[in-house]
Amino acid sequence: MAAVVGERAPSTNRWLAALPYVVLALATLPILVLYVWLFYSSFFPRVEGFRPVGDFTFDNWRFLWDPLSVPQMRNRPPIVPLTFNTFIFAAMTSAIGLLVSSMAGYAFSRLRFPGRRMFLGSVLLLHSFPSVTLLIALFVVLRALGLYDKLVGVILVQTAFALPFGIWIMKGFFDNIPWDLEMSALVDGAGRFRTWWRIMLPLVKPGLLALAVLLFVEGWNQFLLPFVFMPSGSQQTLSTLVKGILGEGRFVDYGLLTAVGLYYIAPVLILFVLAQDQLMRIYAGGVKG
Amino acid sequence: MARTQAIALPRERRTAAWWRTNATALLFMGPAIVLVLVFLLAPVVITFVMSLTDLATSTGLSNWQWIGFENYARMFRSQFWLVILGNTLMYVAIVLAFNVIVGLGIALLSVHMEAKAGGVFRSLWLLPRISPSVVYALMWTWAAASPPFGMLNYIVAPLGLEPRFWLQSDPWLIVILINGFVGASFGMLIFTSAISAIPQDLFRAAQVDGASALQIIRRITLPLIKWPILFVLVYQTMSLFASYEYIYLTTNGGPGLYATETWSLWAFHTALSNYYGNLDFAYGAAMAAILVLLGLGISVVLLRVFRFEQLVAEPRVEVD
Repeated sequence: MAAVVGERAPSTNRWLAALPYVVLALATLPILVLYVWLFYSSFFPRVEGFRPVGDFTFDNWRFLWDPLSVPQMRNRPPIVPLTFNTFIFAAMTSAIGLLVSSMAGYAFSRLRFPGRRMFLGSVLLLHSFPSVTLLIALFVVLRALGLYDKLVGVILVQTAFALPFGIWIMKGFFDNIPWDLEMSALVDGAGRFRTWWRIMLPLVKPGLLALAVLLFVEGWNQFLLPFVFMPSGSQQTLSTLVKGILGEGRFVDYGLLTAVGLYYIAPVLILFVLAQDQLMRIYAGGVKG
Repeated sequence: MARTQAIALPRERRTAAWWRTNATALLFMGPAIVLVLVFLLAPVVITFVMSLTDLATSTGLSNWQWIGFENYARMFRSQFWLVILGNTLMYVAIVLAFNVIVGLGIALLSVHMEAKAGGVFRSLWLLPRISPSVVYALMWTWAAASPPFGMLNYIVAPLGLEPRFWLQSDPWLIVILINGFVGASFGMLIFTSAISAIPQDLFRAAQVDGASALQIIRRITLPLIKWPILFVLVYQTMSLFASYEYIYLTTNGGPGLYATETWSLWAFHTALSNYYGNLDFAYGAAMAAILVLLGLGISVVLLRVFRFEQLVAEPRVEVD
């Protein structure tokens, strides 16, 4: 498609070919402005519009090495455990989600079992169902299971929310593997489980990796679930920290907020730069939104 | 196969044979079934059941009673429900239009340029979606902040507009922009892959016939991606009805009484987060039940209309 315009005779309005660039650049400007400001504002005492007031400084970042000198950080859990919690939350949801969805995805792709149609139907239904509407009922479920206000409870909820998408994506990856490879292993007498683990999983490695990154990023970013289901201090995540500072009182310290925000978003941006092609494909293929 | 043999066997042996045949499937499906059952399917049922009780902080988790449809009656007796419904419909309609039109625009523009440049623009539009919601909300809070901080005031200054605190003076504008810039990437991704799937020959033939770029878009591209467009419309309608995260993080339904409160935020406020201290779980569940019902309904439509039958075709490999 990109080639279509390129192939046009040079005489047909060269400026017309530049039009998409101009329009799209203008439309994209607000996004660029927001992210450039986030970066910029974290290194100045204060920024008015784009005009910095004062000199370049690392002062906003001192929440990392001297948190007690930052008034907004005093009554909050220290940044290192919060980062650790966030990492555990993201890594666990990614690992459990990956394991469970690649098992179920394999079963849907390769096995015949009673209720298969019904299960697949509900996976598809839940795939498009807005699970955020279930938060109120989940509050009761977690209380009943004794998992309320515990990191593990929120990890399980987040994993369950990601499952319909993960299962669907993994089923798609397995569907694309030609079955003779698997067949020869099965004929040689390897069990289903062994075949899945030794033969099939290595074959869908790129898919596994893309799904792992996606689930990790979603876990890392998650705000509502930890916020609602882990209200007490010790197990909070970085998202609840940013929300806490953001929602505090009338005066907002944008210098501090942007520094904490940039600290929080940095791993996601790095992962995005490294894996954007895979992420883009998985988003488009699995209809995730 | 095992099933036909089993008919002749006594009941216990038949059950044993059933377990043997399906043990593998159960092993693979087990964890997924448990998680989906406990954290997705049960909550759907619980939402409806809860909405018929008076479960709240004041009753505790054990002292509740059945009160029938009183919560629903109470909801429609509320003096705010019409305002909130109006807010919700306006929010969904405007953000939906923004999302689909902008998403389509980016997809069309980005495929009409150098492949690399198109990819860069699409990546930039994906940024809000992959950013933590709190950080993204923080950026918009700043853009709409009171003078002298907020960016928006500097942008509109040449138009002769007075500087103001946008989040207070025009909360809807900010709510729509913050959601619009996240949501547009959904359509963008779907439309881009749909357009890329159109055979190149169609475009070449049209060009040979002397069609202009706009004619090609109107006569070839748009008709061929009408199903993806319809899909995005239906899917995002449902997501928007259910979503409240960005509104919660920016205006939190204000300023003032229910100015930007939507139905899903109302449910959230009532059941899980309010200033009065009495969390009214059951009443909130009744509000959520309406959204759950809507979500289920639209999901069924998506399944039926968007070729559910093909998606659940029998597996290709069968050696058992």
